[in-house]
Formats: sequence, structure tokens, C-alpha cells
Amino acid sequence: MTYKTQLDNVIYDFKTLRNLMAKASPARSGDYLAGLGALTNLERVAAQWLLADIPLKQFLNEALIPYEQDEVTRLIIDEHDNAAFAPIAHLTVGDFRNWLLSEQATTEALTAVAPGVTPEMAAAVSKIMRIQDLILAAKKCRVITRFRNTLGLEKRLSTRLQPNHPTDDPAGVAASLLDGLLYGSGDAVIGINPASDNLESTRALIQMLHDIIERYQIPTQSCVLAHVTTTLKAIEQGAPVDLVFQSIAGTEKANASFGINLNLLQEARQAALELNRGSIGNNCMYFETGQGSALSANAHGGMDQQTCEARAYAVARKFKPLLVNTVVGFIGPEYLYDGKQIIRAGLEDHFCGKLLGLPMGCDICYTNHAEADQDDMDMLLTQFAVAGGNFIMGVPGADDVMLNYQSTSFHDALYIRQLLGLRAAPEFEQWLQKHRIFDEANHLLPCSEVPDLFKPALQKLG
Amino acid sequence: MTTDNSPLTAEDPWHSLKQFTSARIALGHAGSSLPTKANLDFQLAHALAKDAANIPLDFGKLEQVLNVQGYKTLSLQTQAETHQIYLQRPDKGRLLNPASIESLQRTVQQIKAPDIAIIVADGLSSNAIENHAVPVLSLLIPRLCSKGYLVPPISLVKYGRVAIGDHISELFSARMCVVLIGERPGLSSPDSMGIYFTYQAKVGSTDADRNCISNIHKNGLSYEQAVEKLIFLITEADRLHFSGVRLKDETANISLEHTKKPANFLLD
Repeated sequence: MTYKTQLDNVIYDFKTLRNLMAKASPARSGDYLAGLGALTNLERVAAQWLLADIPLKQFLNEALIPYEQDEVTRLIIDEHDNAAFAPIAHLTVGDFRNWLLSEQATTEALTAVAPGVTPEMAAAVSKIMRIQDLILAAKKCRVITRFRNTLGLEKRLSTRLQPNHPTDDPAGVAASLLDGLLYGSGDAVIGINPASDNLESTRALIQMLHDIIERYQIPTQSCVLAHVTTTLKAIEQGAPVDLVFQSIAGTEKANASFGINLNLLQEARQAALELNRGSIGNNCMYFETGQGSALSANAHGGMDQQTCEARAYAVARKFKPLLVNTVVGFIGPEYLYDGKQIIRAGLEDHFCGKLLGLPMGCDICYTNHAEADQDDMDMLLTQFAVAGGNFIMGVPGADDVMLNYQSTSFHDALYIRQLLGLRAAPEFEQWLQKHRIFDEANHLLPCSEVPDLFKPALQKLG
Repeated sequence: MTTDNSPLTAEDPWHSLKQFTSARIALGHAGSSLPTKANLDFQLAHALAKDAANIPLDFGKLEQVLNVQGYKTLSLQTQAETHQIYLQRPDKGRLLNPASIESLQRTVQQIKAPDIAIIVADGLSSNAIENHAVPVLSLLIPRLCSKGYLVPPISLVKYGRVAIGDHISELFSARMCVVLIGERPGLSSPDSMGIYFTYQAKVGSTDADRNCISNIHKNGLSYEQAVEKLIFLITEADRLHFSGVRLKDETANISLEHTKKPANFLLD
């Protein structure tokens, strides 16, 4: 197939589908850093016009990284579900957008078609969608997962409680954790980024989270975000692991730079399944991703960063995760320069992930050298929740004192729940109401004193 | 119309937890949102961090202070022409611009091949360099000289990334390379400085070839501790002929020594 077009008397020859995708991608610093981005606005629009005419089937014929060279490509091709693909098999990328926005694309139709959509198809169509298209189409997708509670139901928005501490000090972690619970945070997971990845401290944190969830009978799950090999060792030694965490990327080479491959993830999932710790479901994986990670490992194989990101979702999809989190603004301005680029990237990731059938959440975040601030985060938070995102982060005061970046706070979650009438996962909501943290209308109870459940713990401190 | 006299903000009755963490906990709430005070506290910390990242380092002043203390300096700039380009193109921050290469080469002709090239780069926090570079250098350089190491003029680099040291060391033909650089500013540490050490640095050296001493600021690693660690790394690298992941820092980590019994009020 050739990828040539003429626009405004200029002839553009994009040569390959991979290059066409890169040139059609809305502007972002990482693609320029890689030397892949469109050089003019006209070149980008020329690429988008041409991309709109590409049949979806072409993505099954022309792999962006050769089948022989990359296990992620092999996964995408080998596990493609042709029967699910049938209803959209005749469409071009442009008509796929029309279909997604049409009334034909109901929640049921989208769920049925998901196994037939490849990451490249999702990335391609997202490149010719505006923000409102990304929101509208994603909102129609519904992905429900279960472990000890039910996540992703309509009109629900969950939070990962992230009680990080610079030295993993147990009391320091517990202080942020309790603050979060008392603000209604933690139904998606209570997940700690350990300051040190060594086995001993990882095990101590896993045990501590387990003990707290048991003691206070909290209907949620825990995760310590250590490397998958560390978690596997912890499981071997008998640690009570709920969710296995791993950062993943969209190429074999980028995953290798993370020290992982598909077999290792399979082994880890198997080990966690055998522990059988979920009470109402067995989605036991937690993945994190983010645009730019493949380029940062010099492993993008000439693909633009958004396409690489969508391919990471193929990796995630194979292991039926409870949660997939795009950590959108953490990587820095050389990949996503400012609030505008971060916001679009977050909504693209959510849309692509949902279209592929994943329980997408977003770490709505930024670093201090990016051109972004709290106003930008409020815009992404509001748009992400309107788009039906499954979960966001809960960090005390939005300031992560271990990772040195800004994410969403416990207060942010309450703002968006109040604004849009969203609620916590039903099992967790019951727990919050039972212990008088929330009232029946899910508002914070005016608390002159701490709820009875935690009184003994706090009384000891005087 | 009656006036509602109930308080507009609610305090959280768990302030005692603040003893365990510097995280922003027990902030209280106005409705469900952040009270004004907590909101402005955050904006203050953010302003400090943004300014550290965006306000340019006063290289003239730094040069003057170092010259007064008797240290020769060399003012250089990378291929990044502006702060914006610097932030978006890490590759340009790893190479000197042509004028700087020329000026460095002129210096090289006038001196003997040095042992250790010392580079000070603004990086992502001008405050870090402004506050911590001179105190660290005035501890470090006398130690190096007393050990007999030959140190060329200090390279002061505008818009530099860590790997700028590789280019400079190569041009100096220096055996070892020390880079002082402003780290990514966090809300609680806007002026954190890092030191990167590389044995036989050359263009294309990777992170695996380096050793990093990070978190040098008033609540982090002290100047004395940082210099102690660096001297250890230099001595060991000179003996073993390599640096990086295979070279382990075996100096005691003083900040971690005050280990107390792990305690957790939620479980005890």
C-alpha cells in the first residue's frame, strides 16, 4: 500500500503506515524529540486525511513493528478475534470514528467489538478525534472488574489511596492512609509506591496493608508497587499479595528495559491467582503505563508515543487486570510539554484503553518543570470523570512527598463526585456509611470527633 | 433572612498524625473542598518549585564568587538556545555549542591533561546550584588537591543535562568527571542538588556508568556527607578503573542510621 497524498498543492509521501500514524498524531514534545512529529500543521492534516481513508483491515496486514521482531506485535496479531471484528471489518479509520459516535455504537456493541479492535486501530481513530469525541465514545464503554469490590459500574468513580512515605516508615504510611480513609478514598486499591524495591521492605508493607484491611474489615484490596520479580519472591515466601503490580510498555524492547516479558507477567498472574484472595472476583493485576516510556527507553521502534502507549494496552488486556492506570504527566515536559498536551494525552489513553476493554484509570498529574498547574489538573479531572473514567489517585493534599510530583487529592475526588453525582464502589460505600465517615447522601459527616472504628488507634496518640 | 452562624470550614480531629509524615494530611475542608489556607499553602510551595525551575541561574554571580575564592572557571553553554528548548530537547542539553567547544579547546591547550573535570550545570533547579554549589566545591576541591589530583578550571554550563559532563570530560581528556546539577524540584524540596560521578566519561556513556549522590539540600544529605561519599567513589573508581552500577557506595548512610522500632498506631 502507498501512503501518498496531495494537499494545497504539496505532495506528501508518508511511505509507511507507521510514519503516517506519527505524522497524523496531534502535536506533543516527545514525538519531536524522537524526530517523528509532523513538521507543519498542513503535514499533520494531510496525514490525518490520508489516515481516515485507511481500511481498518490494513492494520492486520501491516504490522508497525515486524511480527518476527516483537512479541507484543505477535500478541496483537495472534490473539485478534476475527468474529468480534466482523461488524467493523468493512470500515475505514474515518468511518470507524463515525461509527463510534453513532447510535449504533451502544455499550453492548462496544463491549462485543472490543476483542476485535487492535491497539493500532484505536490509536489511529483517536488521532482524528477531538476531545469531545474521545469523551463521548469512551463514556459509552463500560468495563467492570472485581476482586473484593466491584469497580467500573455506571455513576461510580473509585480512587487509589496512595499513602507514600519517603522512607516507607510504617507510621508515616499509616498516617496518610487513615487520612485518606477518613476522606472516603481507597476503593480501587490501597497502593504504596515503595521508596526501596528490596524484598524485605516490600514484604513488610504488604503485610501491613493486609493487617489493616483485615483489622478494619475494609472492602478493598492492597498493592505494593514493587517490581514484578520482587512481588513474585514475596509470594513465594508467603506474603499476602492481593494485586501484582507492574509498569508495562508497548514494545518487547521497552518491556525488556523494564526487566519483564509476557511469560514473566503470566507467571506472576498465575502465582497471584493461586493465592485466591479475591472474595468476589479474580482480577488480580494492576498495570501502570504512560506515553513516552518506550521512547525514554530508546525502544519505540519509530512509532509515535501515543501508538506505543495503545500497544501497552494489548499487554494489559492479556492478563485481565483489575486496574490500568495511565500515569499521564509524570514523565516530564520532554514528552508532554504542557497542560494542553497532558490533558489530551490523558483522554486519548482513557479512550483507547476503554475501547480495547480495559478498566482505565488516570493518574492526573504533573511535575514542576512542566508548563502545568492545578488549573490544568482540574480540567483533566473534570473531563476524565465526565468521560466515565474508572478511578483516579488519592494523594494527601495532591502532593506526593515520596515521588515529588503532584497528583489528585482526596478533596479532588470529593469535588468531582459531588459535582457529577458519582459514588464509590458499592461495597466500599456501605463501609463508609456504616462507620459514619459518609452520610446517606455520601457527604462527609461533620466530624468533631473521629469515627468509632478508629478512635482506639488515635486515642493512643493522645 | 437569618444568618447561619455555623463554621464555614471543618477541621480534622486527627492533627496528631502530622508527627509521622510531612504529607499534607488533616487539612480540613470547606464543603468537600480544600479550605482557603490549605489551598494557598499549596500554591506557595508550587510557586517556589516553579521559580526554581524557571528563574535562570545567575552565572555571573556564581563565577565571581568562585573566582574570589581562587577557583578558575570556564563559562559554557549547551546546544539548547532557550529554556523552552532545553526542557523539550534533553539531547541538546548533552552537547556543548560550537563557541563553547572552541573556548574549551583553547583552555585545554594551556593546561596539562587533568584527572578530574568538575562541571556545574543549572539543570532543573537554579536555586539548588545557587544555594549548594559553592559550599560543596569549597569542601571538595581542597580535598582533591591534597590527594594530588589535577583539577582544570570549573566548567559552568548553562542549560546542561547530566551527560554534558561526558562531552566536557572527553574534550579535557579527563580520567574522571564530577557533575553538580539542579534536580527536578519537588514541592517540599525545590532546591535539591545532585552529584553525578563517572569514570572515563565519554559521549554515549549511560546511566549505568554513573554513580549518583542525590538529595543534597537543607533537609536532605549534608555537604559533608555528600563530599565524603564522592571522595569514596573517586578513590574506589581510581583503584578499580570503573564507576557505575558495579561500584557500590559503602559509606554509612548516616540519615538512615537513626532507625527506630517500626511502630504503627493502626495495628499496635
